[in-house]
Amino acid sequence: MTTILEVRNLIKSFRSLKAVDDVSFSIPQGACFGLLGPNGAGKTTTIEIIEGIKKPSSGEILYKGKPRDRKFSEQTGIQFQSTALMDYLKTHEVLTLFAKLYPRSQPIDRLIELCQLEEFLDTYATRLSGGQRQRLLLAVALINDPEILFLDEPTTGLDPQSRRNFWSLIKDIKSQGKTVLLTTHYMEEAELLCDQLVIMDKGKIIVDGSPEVLLQQYFDHSYVCIDQRDFHGDISALTSPTEKREDYIAIETNTVEKTLAELVSLNINLRSLRVKNPSLDDLFLKLTGHRLRE
Amino acid sequence: MKEILALWMARNREYYRDKGSLFWSFVATPFIVIVLAIAFSSESQEVFRAGLLITSSSVQTSIFTEEPAIQLIEYTDAQEALRRVQFHQLDILIITDKSSRYWVNPESAKGRLLEKLLISDTSKHWQREEIKGQAIRYIDWVIPGILAMNMMFSGLWGIGYVIVRYRKNGVLKRLQATPLRAWQFLVSQAFSRLFIMLSVTILVFIVCDLFLDFMMVGSHLLLLLIAVIGNLAIISLSLLMAARTASEELANGLLNLISFPMLLLSELWFSLDDAPQWLQDFSLILPLTHLVKAARRVMLEGADFTEITPQLGVLALMTLLFITLAGIMFRWHND
Repeated sequence: MTTILEVRNLIKSFRSLKAVDDVSFSIPQGACFGLLGPNGAGKTTTIEIIEGIKKPSSGEILYKGKPRDRKFSEQTGIQFQSTALMDYLKTHEVLTLFAKLYPRSQPIDRLIELCQLEEFLDTYATRLSGGQRQRLLLAVALINDPEILFLDEPTTGLDPQSRRNFWSLIKDIKSQGKTVLLTTHYMEEAELLCDQLVIMDKGKIIVDGSPEVLLQQYFDHSYVCIDQRDFHGDISALTSPTEKREDYIAIETNTVEKTLAELVSLNINLRSLRVKNPSLDDLFLKLTGHRLRE
Repeated sequence: MKEILALWMARNREYYRDKGSLFWSFVATPFIVIVLAIAFSSESQEVFRAGLLITSSSVQTSIFTEEPAIQLIEYTDAQEALRRVQFHQLDILIITDKSSRYWVNPESAKGRLLEKLLISDTSKHWQREEIKGQAIRYIDWVIPGILAMNMMFSGLWGIGYVIVRYRKNGVLKRLQATPLRAWQFLVSQAFSRLFIMLSVTILVFIVCDLFLDFMMVGSHLLLLLIAVIGNLAIISLSLLMAARTASEELANGLLNLISFPMLLLSELWFSLDDAPQWLQDFSLILPLTHLVKAARRVMLEGADFTEITPQLGVLALMTLLFITLAGIMFRWHND
């Protein structure tokens, strides 16, 4: 598959702090590529350097095999983590304005349909709900029919329903063959949308690959989970490794049946029992010792 | 070009949909101008003003130095001093060489009184010169200053403050992510503000003329040209202030720092004739000084284009300098 974007040895320092520390990766054309990591991992700095918003301390970024030029800003779409739009402009006026800032743009009607903006076309952009606003910002990012789309934490702050709707939109965009670079700290989002990803922590890439391959590579077990309020027995009596997480206990197991038998023998209430496969969050915990959202 | 037009339209929309701005510009401003003009028009000069024209052959003089009710003002520019006698801003002008010449406006009562006092000194052979001209009321004199003040506030806060807000809330960052160039953005904002300021100024001019019937002897088109170039100078200065500023508090402080000297020293409300020379020289670095001077020459004296070329030239140069520096210093965001 052709590489559309290549990042080589990217470094960004703020005085003594290295926010991005020798980061390299390449993104195949048409892929949804994820930058996953906790807050402060360096995801936003990395993506903003790639977008051309920030300057790197050192490193190289190649778009279609060449250093970025004016074509890059004409062929890319960007949705920032936080951005405001002009006061007193209505949704359709925002779209018209941004369409005129590019040499070529796609029909606004198509974007309105794709991003489901019909209901609030005549509403001031500053009065939109969080989900509506993100859909409008996505439409703005798509206005020039970009070859590569940058989405920086696009669902942060959205309610679960809006988040799911947004994922569905991104899947539609992916199906059009567009390349997407997505930063997120939601493992579920990354697992659902990303074909390939890198996990970052403290400015460095700690692992990269496709979500499925990474999980297969690092885990050969599942988790049996039980709410803490139902677990009155002696946790050390279990033969498998256990871990207290938020309000439940996760028991690492290769054979679910054997663990269930142990729990029954300890007279544990099984009403909250569920079996969970390892996630990217578990992978991050395994690699760094702390959780993604800590 | 379509980028500039789109941003120009967007900024104008923002302006006219903001009810507060609209009220302030089109209702409150003319109201304040009229109230201020009426309030200050009742001001009368209690003191007599005598000009001393200093030439290369001037000698030491003690004319009127013993009279506390007479304010003595020194002039080196004869034309400027004579213009002041002509329009009753100076009661008498005396040359300080050995010729003992003086100029007086026969239509000025205060001038005639000072003349009597002067010629009572019979030790000199006084030579009388007359210069005629209609008296300029204070309200006629102050209107160009008030209109310019309105332009200054609207220009400085209306563009600089908005750009700083755009930078702070990320609008500029969003625009940076498009192929838009910085100069296209700056030009669109400048022309939008110019359009708004000219519309407001023309309206305020018409309303004030209806209510106050002030003096306007020169060309309206020339006055419009002064307004355009003067506005551009103020807008460019505001763009320069906003080129990198990221905090609205700092912007407010900087705008006050820029506007207060102009408010006090650009002869909006009072003349600097009797101020120290260094203060008069300092006022020349302020764009509003040249704007007001040119507007007064056209409105009160009927000056033509060539007569106000120096002021227009300075304003054009200031515009060029400020906009160039603003373009060089401009940053979309300050991360």
